[in-house]
Amino acid sequence: MSIFVDESTKVVVQGLTGSQGRFHGLRNRDYGTQVVAGVTPGKGGTDVDGVPVYDTMDEAVAATGANASFVVVPPKGAPGAVIDAAMAGVSFVVCITEGIPAQDEALFYNTLRRDFPGTRLLGPNCPGVISPGKCNIGITSGDIALPGGPVGIVSRSGTLTYQALHELSQQKVGQTTCVGIGGDPVPGTSFIDCLAAFEADPDTRAVMMIGEIGGSAEEEAAAFIASSMSKPVVAYIAGVTAPPGRKMGHAGAIISGSQGTAQAKMAALEEAGATVAQNPTEAGERMVEIVRKLA
Amino acid sequence: MDLYEYQGKQYFARYGIPTSPGGVADTVEEAVAQAERAGYPVVVKAQVKVGGRGKAGGIKLAADAGEVRTHAAAILGLDIKGHVVQRLWVEHASDIVHEYYASFTLDRAAKLHLCMVSAKGGVDIEEVAATDPGAIARLHVDPVDGLPPGAAAAVVADAGLHPEAREQAAQLLGALYRCYVEGDCDLAEINPLILTTDGRVHALDAKVTLDDNAAFRHPEWEEFAGTETLDVREQLAKEKGLNYIGLSGTVGIIANGAGLAMSTLDVVNQVGGSAANFLDIGGGANADVMAAALEVINTDPAVRAIFVNIFGGITRCDEVANGIVEALGRVDLRSPIVLRLDGTNAEEGHEILAAHVSERLVVDETMLGAARRAVALAGGDR
Repeated sequence: MSIFVDESTKVVVQGLTGSQGRFHGLRNRDYGTQVVAGVTPGKGGTDVDGVPVYDTMDEAVAATGANASFVVVPPKGAPGAVIDAAMAGVSFVVCITEGIPAQDEALFYNTLRRDFPGTRLLGPNCPGVISPGKCNIGITSGDIALPGGPVGIVSRSGTLTYQALHELSQQKVGQTTCVGIGGDPVPGTSFIDCLAAFEADPDTRAVMMIGEIGGSAEEEAAAFIASSMSKPVVAYIAGVTAPPGRKMGHAGAIISGSQGTAQAKMAALEEAGATVAQNPTEAGERMVEIVRKLA
Repeated sequence: MDLYEYQGKQYFARYGIPTSPGGVADTVEEAVAQAERAGYPVVVKAQVKVGGRGKAGGIKLAADAGEVRTHAAAILGLDIKGHVVQRLWVEHASDIVHEYYASFTLDRAAKLHLCMVSAKGGVDIEEVAATDPGAIARLHVDPVDGLPPGAAAAVVADAGLHPEAREQAAQLLGALYRCYVEGDCDLAEINPLILTTDGRVHALDAKVTLDDNAAFRHPEWEEFAGTETLDVREQLAKEKGLNYIGLSGTVGIIANGAGLAMSTLDVVNQVGGSAANFLDIGGGANADVMAAALEVINTDPAVRAIFVNIFGGITRCDEVANGIVEALGRVDLRSPIVLRLDGTNAEEGHEILAAHVSERLVVDETMLGAARRAVALAGGDR
């Protein structure tokens, strides 16, 4: 099994006719994902390499029975696209758009929370989700993932997600699902959402969690691990040596005072019983050891 | 982007948040002219984006033109924690009865806006939060609803503001919320918010952080961007579209992705070195981007080795390898490069690099191994 997406997931790509949408949408299809439709207002009736394009999400969902969407739309249009997807009734929306204003993110997050509780948003500004061998929505390179489990991965950072997949795949340790939740201030899906889903997934037997400085999401995850996780967790936090008060690329990676430092997050995770690694390679090694013991 | 106090006050003014009459001055004579306009006594305030101006002698009261001259001359050019004062804000001095605190920001944990109000303003609010958390009244605002009617009045009362200040303060909070939301602020903070002897409530300081992601709908922000103070390399990197932050070590860092770049800093530190910078080249690691990144790092005299750490996902390693080879032809580097290239098409990438490997371009298979070699080449000192 896997979490959030699998072989039955049918995806609409919002923005399929754009260069990014075409590139990633078709790449996802080539991986084996059921990419059933695209949506671009004004381009209904056309197709992108055989994938039919509709004017609206409602039409696309009605015609194809899609249950997920992949938003590859520039920052100005992304909030509207996310709401359109929810209104059309899809249960899972992946938004990779980088650079959405925080005010817009807060607004559509809370609109979904209140009016569309049946829709899960992943992102924005995230690499997406891959259940190896089944479904890949987003920009993760399918080559570096290995099907079969037993490890679930959840990460706030894009390249470190790939790094984690790579470290495990090279050691022949497969993954059930790898979720990139993104580094923006208001992520639709949190560490805790993913940890809970992995805990409930019988095929996932251990979880790798990759966090970074800023915010309190890792501390909240630590509390959840302590109270509700029976499966082993290996954690790595990037940004131990980051200078305080500076933004390092991700809107999420901001430190203020002693709150949100890598040290505080690592201490909280260790306290919660997670295995805390000092670098991505060590995280991979610790996980391989844990998986070998499970087998 | 953080705004200077004067910019924050001008931004507040757009949304009807009252401030003291005042103006900007870059010279002593301009300061006097602004003081005459604002009316004596005035306060002469250094415009720097760093806390502790007052203690550093950057805020002075002046009763007449002579005093304005003396203080303006002393403050202009003053070095406050590495920030040299180039601009002053001169405003009419307020007769203060009470100092309060008010702000809006995003509460990431609750995923709601958070309004904080305190009757204990004028000091470090983080200290108040730590020593007397009860003194800060908090109100979560759902962005879908906005600030509900009556909520501002309730939080002002809850914070224990003096009765004569409450109505004006509540009204001001409404304006501050509009400024925060419509003005796309990450933070809109007033500390202190004051009650004057003649019964008026207004902002004596302004701390505004704008959300850079919203710049596309705020053409008026361009004037702020022009006054940003960056060091030479940060400026160069910005012009080239790179995300660069200067640090004080000897190992130059180039990585793709903010997370990997941060992780690279950490690993360099773990093996006994120190990073000279943070530099995220993002997804596209073509020759132009790589050459630009190497150029920026090459201008840092402290750098003694450069660690290029690339993990190819969408970015293919063969493209990265070609980019590096081409960049090496364009930039005359002072320091050797240690390269770690892994991920999509890594083998092809290494084949391309094989002909160029030398003591100036070292390739290592792993992140840790590459970090060790870079630190050794940099001399290993911290």
